[in-house]
Amino acid sequence: MATPDNAALFQFLLRMGDNTLILGHRVSEWCGLAPVLEEDIALANTALDLIGQTQLWLGYAADVQGEGKTADDLAFLRDVWDFRNVLLVELPNGDFGQTIMRQFLFDAWASIMLARLQKSSDQTVREIAEKASKEVSYHVERSAGTVVGLGDGTEESHSRMQAALDYLFPYVGELFLSDEVDVAMIQAEIAPDPASLRAEYDALVAKIMAEATLTVPADAYVHKGGRSGALHTEHLGHLLAQMQWLQRAYPGCRW
Amino acid sequence: MKNEWPLWEVFIRGQHGLNHRHVGSLHAPDAEMAIRNARDVYTRRNEGVSIWVVESRHIAATAPGDKGPLFEPSETKVYRHPTFFDIPDEVGHM
Repeated sequence: MATPDNAALFQFLLRMGDNTLILGHRVSEWCGLAPVLEEDIALANTALDLIGQTQLWLGYAADVQGEGKTADDLAFLRDVWDFRNVLLVELPNGDFGQTIMRQFLFDAWASIMLARLQKSSDQTVREIAEKASKEVSYHVERSAGTVVGLGDGTEESHSRMQAALDYLFPYVGELFLSDEVDVAMIQAEIAPDPASLRAEYDALVAKIMAEATLTVPADAYVHKGGRSGALHTEHLGHLLAQMQWLQRAYPGCRW
Repeated sequence: MKNEWPLWEVFIRGQHGLNHRHVGSLHAPDAEMAIRNARDVYTRRNEGVSIWVVESRHIAATAPGDKGPLFEPSETKVYRHPTFFDIPDEVGHM
């Protein structure tokens, strides 16, 4: 087992924390706007869970970075090019069906990833994964149930869910890509090879989509650039403008 | 409104050993979703260890108009409360 290089561990933690932060913010955008009250509350709960997980991931990232920063500094004072989330989570919400489809595609990955991270050689990673895993098990149960309900629902809900899957699926592949950061994490036994999650993920998605009477696109095209930070979509800047404006307008503001 | 999901009544057990108590109602397409919605709506502040849901239409209830014959006769029957016994001091609080 190699000693992890702190810079690589920092990047890995940013990837984990930025995924939950950006998706948490996106889901929070539904607060007060969801189609029914019960879904509104459920989505807000999910958003809060994700932002809670972000505090753990980015809090540890800040410790590893060793510059005396906090999770808040990393969340609110970095710009687009510093974010390491996959493109999937920064895409706009679209309609309710698209939001739920994105949630399932992410939850399915997160549930598998967090199960693997509970065997990490890094104790803090293991503890965060253990805590987050319970929340994510519920998220994936709920999002899968809603995907099935809407997919195998009316003609209109079915066609919206199929359109959402067709639109989002090319963003799924990025979750399984790897680079030198992943190689360092694999060698230090901190995190699994992203590609090694793919078979379990595909099986879960295939099972749920079959129940939902939806067709998983065969096209293997992959949009990428988020987790490496090379190229985010145009949407991330707008999201950050809304999320960070208070700290930008009133630096250091607390309440 | 046939497009509305059915209404469900939600009962939560606050801790082991206590009864489930009615806490409110919500809409959901089926029992499974009703339990999930109840979890999200009624237990987010750690209120429960168990959830029951039942579709509201399955609850049979007394009619408000029947309260005369149903409930008023017992108002004047104070002897049904066991308050006429002398309890020996050594028994203490009952």
